[in-house]
Amino acid sequence: MPHRFEFADFLNRRTFLRTSAAGVGTAALASLLQPAAMAQSATHHAAKAKRIIYLFQSGAPSQMDLFDPKPVMADKRGTDLPDSIRMGQRLTTMTSGQAKFPVAPSIFKFSQHGECGMWLSEILPHMSKVVDELCMIRTLHTEAINHDPAITFCQTGSQLAGRPSIGAWASYGLGSENRDLPTYVVLTSFGSGRPDDQPLYDRLWGSGFLPTVHQGVKFRNQGDAVLYLSNPPGIDPVARRSTLNRLKSLNAQHHDALRDPEIATRIAQYEMAFRMQSSVPELLDLKDEPKHVLEMYGPDVSRPGSYAANCLLARRLAERDVRFVQLFHMGWDHHGGLPNAIKGQCRDTDQATAALITDLKQRNLLQDTLIVWGGEFGRTIYSQGGVTETDYGRDHHPRCFTLLMAGAGVKKGLTYGVTDDYCYNIVENPVHVHDLNATILHLMGVDHTRLTYRYQGRDFRLTDIHGTIVDNVLA
Amino acid sequence: MSKLMIIFPVALMLASNCPVRADSKIRFDRQVRPILSDACFQCHGPDESKRQGGLRLDLVAAAQQGGDSGPAVVAANLEASELWKRVTSTDPDRVMPPPKSGKVLKPEQLETLKLWIQQGAEHQEHWAFQRVARPTVPTVEGVTNPIDAFIRHRLRQEGMTAAPEATRETLIRRVTLDLTGLPPTPAEMDAFLMDPAPDAFEKVVDRLLSSPHYGERMAQQWLDFARYADSNGFQVDSSRQMSAWRDWVIAAFNRNLPFDQFTIEQLAGDLLPNPARDQIVATGFHRNVKLNGEGGRIQEEWFVETVIDRIETTGLTWMAMTLNCCRCHDHKYDPISQKEFYQLFAFFNSIDESGVLEVEGGNTRPVQKIPSTEHELRLEQLQQAIPAAEAKLASLMTTSEARQAHWELEFAKQLDSNPEIWRRFVPAEVKSLGGATLTKQPDDSWLASGTNPANDEYQIIGPIAAGTMTGLLLEAFPDPSLPNMSLGRYPNGNFVLTDVDAVITAPTLATPINAEINRAVSDYDQPGWPVQAIVDGKSTRQGRNSKGWAVDGPTKRENRKAMFLFAAPVAVPPDATITIQLRHDAIGGHNIGRFRFSTTSWPVEKVKLDTASIPASLRLAIATRKSDRTQAQLDEIAAHFREYADAEIKQAEQAIAAAKKAVTEYEASVPTVMVMKELPMPREAFFLKRGQYDQPGDKVERGVPSAFPSLPAGAPLNRLGLAQWLASREHPLTARVWVNRAWERFFGTGLVRTTENLGSQSESPSHPELLDWLAAEFMEATTLPAVAGKAAAKWDMQAMQKLMVMSLTYRQSAVLVPVDDPENRLLSRGPRLRLPAETTRDQALAISGLMVPTIGGPSVRPYMPEGVWDETSRYGDLRGYKPDSGAGLYRRTLYTIWKRTAPPPSLMLFDAPAREVCTVKRSRTNTPLQALALLNEITYVEAARKLGERMLTEGGSSAEERLTYGFRLATARRPTNDELQVLVDGLNEDLARFQRAPETATQYLSVGTSKSPESLRPTELAAYALTANVLLNLDEVVTRE
Repeated sequence: MPHRFEFADFLNRRTFLRTSAAGVGTAALASLLQPAAMAQSATHHAAKAKRIIYLFQSGAPSQMDLFDPKPVMADKRGTDLPDSIRMGQRLTTMTSGQAKFPVAPSIFKFSQHGECGMWLSEILPHMSKVVDELCMIRTLHTEAINHDPAITFCQTGSQLAGRPSIGAWASYGLGSENRDLPTYVVLTSFGSGRPDDQPLYDRLWGSGFLPTVHQGVKFRNQGDAVLYLSNPPGIDPVARRSTLNRLKSLNAQHHDALRDPEIATRIAQYEMAFRMQSSVPELLDLKDEPKHVLEMYGPDVSRPGSYAANCLLARRLAERDVRFVQLFHMGWDHHGGLPNAIKGQCRDTDQATAALITDLKQRNLLQDTLIVWGGEFGRTIYSQGGVTETDYGRDHHPRCFTLLMAGAGVKKGLTYGVTDDYCYNIVENPVHVHDLNATILHLMGVDHTRLTYRYQGRDFRLTDIHGTIVDNVLA
Repeated sequence: MSKLMIIFPVALMLASNCPVRADSKIRFDRQVRPILSDACFQCHGPDESKRQGGLRLDLVAAAQQGGDSGPAVVAANLEASELWKRVTSTDPDRVMPPPKSGKVLKPEQLETLKLWIQQGAEHQEHWAFQRVARPTVPTVEGVTNPIDAFIRHRLRQEGMTAAPEATRETLIRRVTLDLTGLPPTPAEMDAFLMDPAPDAFEKVVDRLLSSPHYGERMAQQWLDFARYADSNGFQVDSSRQMSAWRDWVIAAFNRNLPFDQFTIEQLAGDLLPNPARDQIVATGFHRNVKLNGEGGRIQEEWFVETVIDRIETTGLTWMAMTLNCCRCHDHKYDPISQKEFYQLFAFFNSIDESGVLEVEGGNTRPVQKIPSTEHELRLEQLQQAIPAAEAKLASLMTTSEARQAHWELEFAKQLDSNPEIWRRFVPAEVKSLGGATLTKQPDDSWLASGTNPANDEYQIIGPIAAGTMTGLLLEAFPDPSLPNMSLGRYPNGNFVLTDVDAVITAPTLATPINAEINRAVSDYDQPGWPVQAIVDGKSTRQGRNSKGWAVDGPTKRENRKAMFLFAAPVAVPPDATITIQLRHDAIGGHNIGRFRFSTTSWPVEKVKLDTASIPASLRLAIATRKSDRTQAQLDEIAAHFREYADAEIKQAEQAIAAAKKAVTEYEASVPTVMVMKELPMPREAFFLKRGQYDQPGDKVERGVPSAFPSLPAGAPLNRLGLAQWLASREHPLTARVWVNRAWERFFGTGLVRTTENLGSQSESPSHPELLDWLAAEFMEATTLPAVAGKAAAKWDMQAMQKLMVMSLTYRQSAVLVPVDDPENRLLSRGPRLRLPAETTRDQALAISGLMVPTIGGPSVRPYMPEGVWDETSRYGDLRGYKPDSGAGLYRRTLYTIWKRTAPPPSLMLFDAPAREVCTVKRSRTNTPLQALALLNEITYVEAARKLGERMLTEGGSSAEERLTYGFRLATARRPTNDELQVLVDGLNEDLARFQRAPETATQYLSVGTSKSPESLRPTELAAYALTANVLLNLDEVVTRE
């Protein structure tokens, strides 16, 4: 990447060398200030995915309205979910009091697309065009039944707060390949299908018991994208550089007196902070994006903080080798009025998701970028509340849901796993959330059983003591 | 850098990792046990279900007995020892640990095992589970503090020497930051620098331990342990009020409550005989737990999580043990079984609570009221009004007949002139301020469509007839075009109406009439969302009403009605216009879908929701001559009179109700804190299979794990007994854990580095005898120093801290010398530690003079970037953060409001935990995001301006003097000539730049709400402020040296 402040850096190094030439720490310090290439990370095995873009759909998209067609349900509208299907499994208290569990067949039409013939709903017209890049897993399953524990489980491998998130594990295990940007970047957007749902929590990208340096950096949608990035009013980059030079000089003098390497590290961190002050605005500045690219992502792309804008930003982060980019799009929790609400969500996400895949492919980045698209659980075939020809709602369903993958190391055009006619239970090839996380780490070159951190006397893993790599979806 | 290959740092020169010398005596607990724990206990340890070959190695008796293949170890006989054969076997089916475990013994570990067997294979329990004995203090010439004796004895063994004492400047800054979390003032520095007395330092320490800021500094860490926050956690993460508990903690540290009492009061203060209110407030410790309020949650599931969180928090805080593993299976490393875990569960499951969130934006029972003296006086006054109002009613009851006779005549006339109660209102204009489309329907109702804004406001405007007006009727209708074909616009068909206002204007009116609505009645209220909440919410609300009227739209698609009655009849002049406003502020998108209004002029006592007229039977009864009325007619008239028309009785009844309501409301306004309160009969507790709430096994009774001492004699079998057990002299962990963490606070690393875990998997102590000596001394207080003339008590925290900071070891210089101890575990020098998040900010506030030093009270809202609470949530009442104005911006950081799902971002950058769960140890990182915060965050920019101001106004007349003053405020020392030169050059450069563009100086000085004196030249002040910004960012300043 172009380096804008070379002149300033030069001056800066000169000042610094003058004031600390006699010090013992000079060599170490000077090497820290070199714009050296970051060390190539050591992995357990060759990584298929150098980076990941995880498109988290928060609130739980309805699998039978988007990905897993159940035509035989059409005749069963309003009939009660048979006990033989439900098998006494627990329900949330939002519907456990219902006298009946009326089946609500999806009102959306499905058709097959691409060479692979993957089935997709009519409300995903853009993603239908990239199905040959997708790997669809219809048999994800999880343990939690409420949003907070479920999304925490996807992100950390535990329903309860306190464990590191998957991106923090990746940062801890693999480090950064970019010296000017964070290793784990999080982007969030509200959905138009249900504008107030579902809240997100800082823990979802937190570092748990790992050092906090591994926590995700959430780019904000207002003010500074990275907290406190901008200089105060009245302070321009020249003034800032000047103060940083003094700071460096004084810190270096102190380093010479005390010889604590922490001081050298701090000097280097101030330099990176300074570089971020130009690398982040440059990242966010879309003026060099051609019109046809912007159009590909759809009209929302010009609205900062939209899912489409975040998808484009994800591509720009991927280009800069940011290891782990995670989008969270809210608004998928459709307990009532699902048909209208889910259309809104698809308008938000369909075009931009497809554009991201296409755009990465055109730039030869898809081959070593892993894309994941999915939520925290699925939804019930039965309606929460009444069901009509045009309207219904669906409660939480942890026993099966659909997730998409694309890009590095995954089979293209594959539809994997089979659910029963009610989309209630898994018939074939279950994939647990731990299996998914094991597979994601595997693609990044990490053996999930060996990426451990000792805390409270125990060697913790993202996958706890579980997780099997889903070999069948690997290319 | 990759971490894949480095699982944990190699410790330096600790016993278990030392190269073994054949002539040295192997110590089982320090050298052998850690090897077995890590490599063998998973299959030959406490977990019975996973145990292989019947062999258990973690307990002495079981290990000596051996397993299915006989004794594992035969003393002094390698060949006969099965363990030795197995660990050295080359047969993949026989070698231990088995290849699939991924664990391999290193040659030096094998050597240790070999020597241990050869030397007789003595066993001991894990050192930390053994009763604390008091080791002999080694004799070291020239030192009196036992800490120094232990440390220097070890240094001498290693051929190392201690560093010289740090300078007095360094020392006073170090100890002041450590004990109060604030920097020393210039006066405090000068007093110490110029005090020739031999006890000068001791005087400083005594002063600091007696400072009210000491308690704040100590409380800061305790809040992490207690997972203290101002929000309930989980999905909605609404507010709660626990600051009274925080105040208790600060005060407890300040009055030096001994740690055993500190423990007992927080875990079981409510169970003490005749507990003081204060002791009950202390039990808020375990009510700081998160509470799940998510819709659809299963209460039993989260009740269990609430209780288990208490066990985990208790285990980590007092025992430095992770008990959580045992919810699903026996512990893999430590002698605690799954059954014993549920026996501990039984101590904590009998609180009078549901275990889930019951009040959004408030405290969930059980709570303790904490009225101030003023509260109590006011309450007494209010209570006295009740008997007076009751006496009035009693006297009125004796004269009701005469009033009824009079009313009957009036009522008959009214019936003739006023046949209908409700008159339909036909508005001229109806609009949505949020941009929805409102369309008139044939039945005069209005239907919403188009965009559905988060919190829409409707305005209904139209002419009304002159006369009296007493109320409004709102009708809501389901419509096929609405979501779920129901009543509201939210996707599930619900609405929540939060405000109804009516304003009447007319050409003849100088000011509009605001009709005061004081009663609302509906034909259906969704539980928890009564229509009266619209009225009640209004009278007390500040800003948005978070309560309102909802109608179960998702399941009940029925016509709904609500009437809103005025406190007094409104006289409507001719040509008047009414504007009715409807607001929907509680929950996003919950706007009403289709509605219609009517008005009434009937007396409010008589108005009924029913739009039908007065019953025909009553009309007939009134029309009938009094003497001809049947008994039934007389009864109907009397009943109607009593219910709707006896104004005096009504007023008297209302007065009583109002007096009682005033008491109830005032009581509700008294602050509370969540506390522990035991049920009269304990709940049953069960072994939960795989830790699942819905898989109960056998019933279990309360009890403590058998590997530990039993409950103290006479201790009750409840939380109080458990607390007394933890705080007893016999407990092997409590004191060790506390002194180890105190050590970590002052020396950067615990004597056991893993301060979060002292169990089998912990790292061995660097100075085992010192740790035990400190623990014994903490409990027994035989030689602990007096603090400010007050003799030390047992479990005396201040005295123990004084002993530590008075040691030569603590007072050493931190200059790094090249020795083979990069982590300084042997303490041949003082440690440099980056300041904790809170101290970093507090120090900037203190140095700049901005800090408001008030102790205690509710949480405050300092500067925070916009949107931190709102970018990821539109739930709950903790949204739309607005910083305080004035003092709240400058209070110490431990008072900053804490929302768990979006904690204060600048503190998170400096390694603060989210406080969702108990955290006993923070990481200490060094990142570019910290640099950005210190450079640009408002607090730090404003603090730099105020520090610049101090340099100019207090620092002297020359630039050198002023910069020296500022440097000294920030670092407690004077700059070197080289340092001063850098600052002077920089100042001149900044000054020249600001003079070239004076507007940039003004801009820079505009940050923050505090004012600077106008007498100062902006360009000069800006230049000093920018220099102060450099000072506040110095590594030396954010580090305690």
